[in-house]
Amino acid sequence: MFVELREVSKRFGSFEAARKVGFSLAKGTLAALLGPSGSGKTTILRMIAGLEAPDAGDILVDGQSVLGLAPTRRGIGFVFQNYALFRYMTVFENIAFGLRAQKRPKAEVRDRVAELLALIGLEELGGRFPAQLSGGQKQRVAFARALAPRPRILLLDEPFAAIDAKVRRELRSWLRRMIGHLGITSLFVTHDQSEAIEVADRIIVTNGGRVEQAGEPIELYRSPATPFVARFIGESTVLSGYGGLRGFEGAPEGASCAIRPEFVRLFAPGEPVQFENSVQEGLVEGLAFRGDALEVTVTVGGFSLATGYSLERPPLSPGQAVKVLIYRLYAFDGDRAVLVGNRLLANGGGGYNFQI
Amino acid sequence: MGAGTRGASGGAWRPNPVARTVLIVLSLAFAFLMLVMPLLVVVSQAFGAGWEAFWRAVSDSFTVKAAKLTAITTVTAVAANTAFGLAAAWALTRYRYRGQGLLTTVIDLPFAISPIIAGLIFILTYGRLGWAYPFLEAHGLKIVFAVPGLVMATVFVTIPFVARELIPVLAARGTDEEQAAVLMGAGFLRTFALVTLPHVKWALVYSVILCAARAMGEFGAVSVVSGHLRGKTNTLPLHIEILYNEHHYREAFAVSAILVIASVLVLAARSVVETVSRREVR
Amino acid sequence: MTASRKTIPGFGLTMGITTSYLGFFVLLPMISLALRAADLSLGEIVSVATDARVLSSYRVSFGCSLLAAAINAVFGTMLAWVLVRYRFPGRRMIDGLVELPFALPTAVAGIALTSLTADKGWIGAPLARLGIAVAYTRAGIVVALVFVTLPFVVRSIQPVLEELSPDYEEAGRTLGAGGFTIFRRVVLPELRPALLTGFSLAFARGLGEYGSVIFIAGNRPFRTEIAPLMIVTRLEEFMYGQATAVALFMLLASFAVMFLVNRLQIRAAAFAGG
Repeated sequence: MFVELREVSKRFGSFEAARKVGFSLAKGTLAALLGPSGSGKTTILRMIAGLEAPDAGDILVDGQSVLGLAPTRRGIGFVFQNYALFRYMTVFENIAFGLRAQKRPKAEVRDRVAELLALIGLEELGGRFPAQLSGGQKQRVAFARALAPRPRILLLDEPFAAIDAKVRRELRSWLRRMIGHLGITSLFVTHDQSEAIEVADRIIVTNGGRVEQAGEPIELYRSPATPFVARFIGESTVLSGYGGLRGFEGAPEGASCAIRPEFVRLFAPGEPVQFENSVQEGLVEGLAFRGDALEVTVTVGGFSLATGYSLERPPLSPGQAVKVLIYRLYAFDGDRAVLVGNRLLANGGGGYNFQI
Repeated sequence: MGAGTRGASGGAWRPNPVARTVLIVLSLAFAFLMLVMPLLVVVSQAFGAGWEAFWRAVSDSFTVKAAKLTAITTVTAVAANTAFGLAAAWALTRYRYRGQGLLTTVIDLPFAISPIIAGLIFILTYGRLGWAYPFLEAHGLKIVFAVPGLVMATVFVTIPFVARELIPVLAARGTDEEQAAVLMGAGFLRTFALVTLPHVKWALVYSVILCAARAMGEFGAVSVVSGHLRGKTNTLPLHIEILYNEHHYREAFAVSAILVIASVLVLAARSVVETVSRREVR
Repeated sequence: MTASRKTIPGFGLTMGITTSYLGFFVLLPMISLALRAADLSLGEIVSVATDARVLSSYRVSFGCSLLAAAINAVFGTMLAWVLVRYRFPGRRMIDGLVELPFALPTAVAGIALTSLTADKGWIGAPLARLGIAVAYTRAGIVVALVFVTLPFVVRSIQPVLEELSPDYEEAGRTLGAGGFTIFRRVVLPELRPALLTGFSLAFARGLGEYGSVIFIAGNRPFRTEIAPLMIVTRLEEFMYGQATAVALFMLLASFAVMFLVNRLQIRAAAFAGG
């Protein structure tokens, strides 16, 4: 493993920013540290960079501990949340800064900056000052500046937070392409799950200073290891005391679960009902048009559940009685989440089979 | 806020014309009486007996010596306090540690202390009865009633100027740029000179101007430690005092006129710096 | 975010410079004062504390500083108001001149004000005909202190007034309030913290002021002698102990004032918080 964190802990006063954090990244991975604000993700990033020192644990890069190394010597490229571009230097000087600090020959500095300006597609803007750039351009310059001294690892702190929504989508795919093209091991911090899912090869979910789960995006979506991940990644409705749902009668008293929209199927009156004995009566509570489908809220067994409903199927209206089938759900067991299938279904409902 | 009332009053705020006139006239009168007349009286007294008399007073050898001493104390104190101010602003805003508040208070202390007390404490330290006196005497050093004392008293009185101007500017800016520079391999001097300094350059120029004005005009502290040795430990303000007390009014005002010109230049420079820096921010 | 000491270089260097500089120029001399004060005998303290001349110098210093700060609170506020709210010819020049007392050496201010208010001066002569003397009286001391401390009040209030939207005044006007009522009820409460700061700075500076005052005061014992001059006088008589004692009471008094104002400030801030 190229980057490895071992039981890293850090506290600020009474606030525990990291509790025995451990994960590892293979060379060339583009990974996301995903978590709500205050979950410790930025602290982890800053500890890898050497901007904060862990209280305990070890951080290894390429098999060697970097804790004894000054930030300068760790071979880190860092993109700050607000870019921290040097306001009184041109774009060219910003990108050249790291090379100059390393006392590289002038010709090399010039060539490298030109190469990076071409890479980010801002060849014409080398003479501008940061204040004269758009948000997206600033981010590209910050990216090029971090890459200029050829770091081993690229760290990005909320790289898209300061950009407006329109440009953000475009920049996400740009960044993904760039990093894929360069093959540099990268880790970025985000609180936006869709951003992490779209951009990263690997996601590390943090919460309350702990790593909840690390894995490929689809793995996290399909088999969340903890209640937090089940709730945080993807859409879901969380219920408490779900033993009243048909097919899940054996549930422990008061237990909680999360149900994704695609785990629920509705049958309108008159539609042929599959698995007749596993469905139960429900009432349409509300309908919302979501562009390509309807989102239906349905009351079943005393709970409100959301699910998708194709426009091709018979129309529904609020107050209408429907039949509801719940294929499966994530049952919460202490700090674990377990996939449980509807036991009245022939195959136990457990075959969660979708493919990309 | 009065957002809902805008329509009712018809938009822009219109001053009551009578109150406006009365207040402007009163203010102009007060400003003229308190600010303009003192300047006029200095100029009129200085040049009242003609240009030649003025020149004679100004080119007098004691005046020239006092001017030189003022230049020496001002330049030394400003240089020392600028270096200190930059270091203190860096040390107080780039890191987090206990005792920062206390340090700020100590920097502010000279503003809270009468210049006379400032002079007194240097006498109590380095004067004939001060505890450091035996050491100084053994090494043939003289501080009180000598130039080093004047410089030290001036330094003390003007310590807060640069530091106090720079600290809020740096504190408001955060440390991201410095961290970025350090991660790219820059050392202290490169980071300081290329990344930090450009942000505070106008505040620095501004504070140096004010510091110089105060150093040049310092009277109380310098008066206490100088011993009033004419031609040796007299700065321009002390020289003015001697001339005035000896009833050489004309000469006293002539020398004052030099300082008036200097302070008007300071005010002009200050306002230029303010205009330029405001334009740059936009 | 402020980083840990390890990240940004230069901590040792800048901290070293800061502490040794402050230690040498501020703390060391202050310690001398403390040492000398600790050496004072009870007799010396009592003799200073009961010396009529010293007591009268305190009265003069405190009284004149308070009066000057109060005058500036009124005229300084008016000046700040006019400079911020109105546009008229000469505004920019006056705005620049407000800081003249900061830039002008105090000795020059002292002799200029003395010459103006002496009985043959431009202002002193007409007043003398009315039987009013300014120079060489306590009124003269107040005039000098008003001059020296004017910028403190104006410069404390100006930024607050600039921030204060005229909407407030408009709101008051639409509710039918008259000009002065609006000022008193709407604007003044907003200005109070800044005014308090300006007032206390002016007062503290006035207490310690020496250069501008000694020329205009006449320096007659029991009448127009200020406390800083008492220190100088005792020093010139080589009575260092007495000088220290006079200084000590002054320092304690001005620190007490600053502390009190600080507390008031905090309370005012608590009210302004909403």
